[in-house]
Amino acid sequence: MPRCFIIDPADNVATMLDDAQASAKLEILGTGGGAVDLSAGENISLGHKVAIADIADGQGVIKYGVSIGLAAGMIRRGQWVHLHNCVSHVDQRSGTLDLHSGAATDTRYE
Amino acid sequence: MNNNAAVTWNGYLRPDGRKGVRNIVLVIYTVQCASHVAHGIAKDQEDVHVIGFPGCYDNEYAVRLMLALARHPNVGAVLSVGLGCEYTQPEKIAQVVRESGRPAEWFYIQDAGGTRAGIEKGVRLVTQLRQEIRRMAKRAPMTLADLCIGCECGGSDGTSGLAGNPVVGRFFDRLVDAGGQAIFEEIVEMIGLKDIILSRAADDQARLQLDAAYEKAVRYCQSVRQYSVSPGNFAGGLTTIEEKSMGAFAKSGSRGIQGVIKVAQTPPRAGLWLMDSVPDPHFMGFGYTNPNDTEGIMDLISAGCQMVLFVTGRGSVIGSPIAPLIKITGNSQTFKRMTEDIDFDAGAVLDGRMKMDQAAAALEELVVDVARGKLTKPEALGHREYFVMYKHQDTPPLQIGCRA
Repeated sequence: MPRCFIIDPADNVATMLDDAQASAKLEILGTGGGAVDLSAGENISLGHKVAIADIADGQGVIKYGVSIGLAAGMIRRGQWVHLHNCVSHVDQRSGTLDLHSGAATDTRYE
Repeated sequence: MNNNAAVTWNGYLRPDGRKGVRNIVLVIYTVQCASHVAHGIAKDQEDVHVIGFPGCYDNEYAVRLMLALARHPNVGAVLSVGLGCEYTQPEKIAQVVRESGRPAEWFYIQDAGGTRAGIEKGVRLVTQLRQEIRRMAKRAPMTLADLCIGCECGGSDGTSGLAGNPVVGRFFDRLVDAGGQAIFEEIVEMIGLKDIILSRAADDQARLQLDAAYEKAVRYCQSVRQYSVSPGNFAGGLTTIEEKSMGAFAKSGSRGIQGVIKVAQTPPRAGLWLMDSVPDPHFMGFGYTNPNDTEGIMDLISAGCQMVLFVTGRGSVIGSPIAPLIKITGNSQTFKRMTEDIDFDAGAVLDGRMKMDQAAAALEELVVDVARGKLTKPEALGHREYFVMYKHQDTPPLQIGCRA
């Protein structure tokens, strides 16, 4: 069973310790072991975040007990949380990067 | 309490009173044109390391950095090598090193007669210097209280903030409690955390220093239009600079921050210190904060760190000259894939195989073993990457320039 880890009890996301296929049931480690019966809503890679609660549009994405960004649109429990649905409070450029590779899309090569 | 606080081993006592855990000869080149000869001199010699500055036009920051590295506790002797045209003076470097009580030599390749003659001369001088520092080596007992250890993270992924950096943070608490010095840097990776950082200040003066360093880092990032987060970080699951910052800051542990030092400054007393490597304003606007991990590691070594901890989630294959680099990952898959390169798997704390305190104690054992002479994996593989760049920091200010 793919594992994910909650670092702070106040968090609404967990970090994947293994790759998870869509609809895989997740084992939850760390401080939030109380949350049960969580499944991956889509493929989520190791190191990436899964929502462990519904997060409304404009609400804080909470990890380490602090807001690491704001939800850009409704995020459902079990969904992958990344550049496509979470925006930094301070960094404008990160929202323009390629979702999967993180590569800059605004640098011209010719 | 700290079980290893009373552990002792024999280090190298330098004439200036500093204590090192290695006894190396450092070759320093003063312009890129001399780099081939410098590396030729050190080739296949385990205890001869190389650093150098590529520019021909000199730079106060780079000179301060090289002088700090030249008088590092792990350095027994220095050979500085120039081409013969450049601004940076190899003779001056040798003089400053001699004033610290360490033997030092220097020459220009143009005077020596070219590439092969330069390498032969350099090998001869390095052999003499090695004999001299072996003969004069004073051994002295060391404990954790004599150690200054830096921590850098690079190639971070989602595990770095969960396991790699927190284990280092817990170890730093133990080191500080034992009377040692711990240094972390990468203030550009603390963006978004101002209140949290200021709440860690040991006193009011430290709070003012942290506030000023933080505000400078924000202005810097805004002016270069880039926070310190890379494509690999995003691909590894980090979504925002705030998330990366929280994970990076975890390496500082929980003790009070005594204050802020700049590159090439040594901490004035024991405890936990933040190093500010961000350039200060200058008319040329030159110098990136952290152009790469190697640069940050060199900065930490310049503060006198006898070894540096490097946390890498995705896996890195760098090492460092002068001070051994201990590589740590919080990603057990990375550890399995790159075991040859990585010294410590902190991932065990994530799935309950190890408690955080056990992992920190295990890391401390490794640190003591390395202080006793055990080679780290990058050391054994011969990794000696270095990076000395043009930059400007305000200590001391430039006073003389071109006439108007």
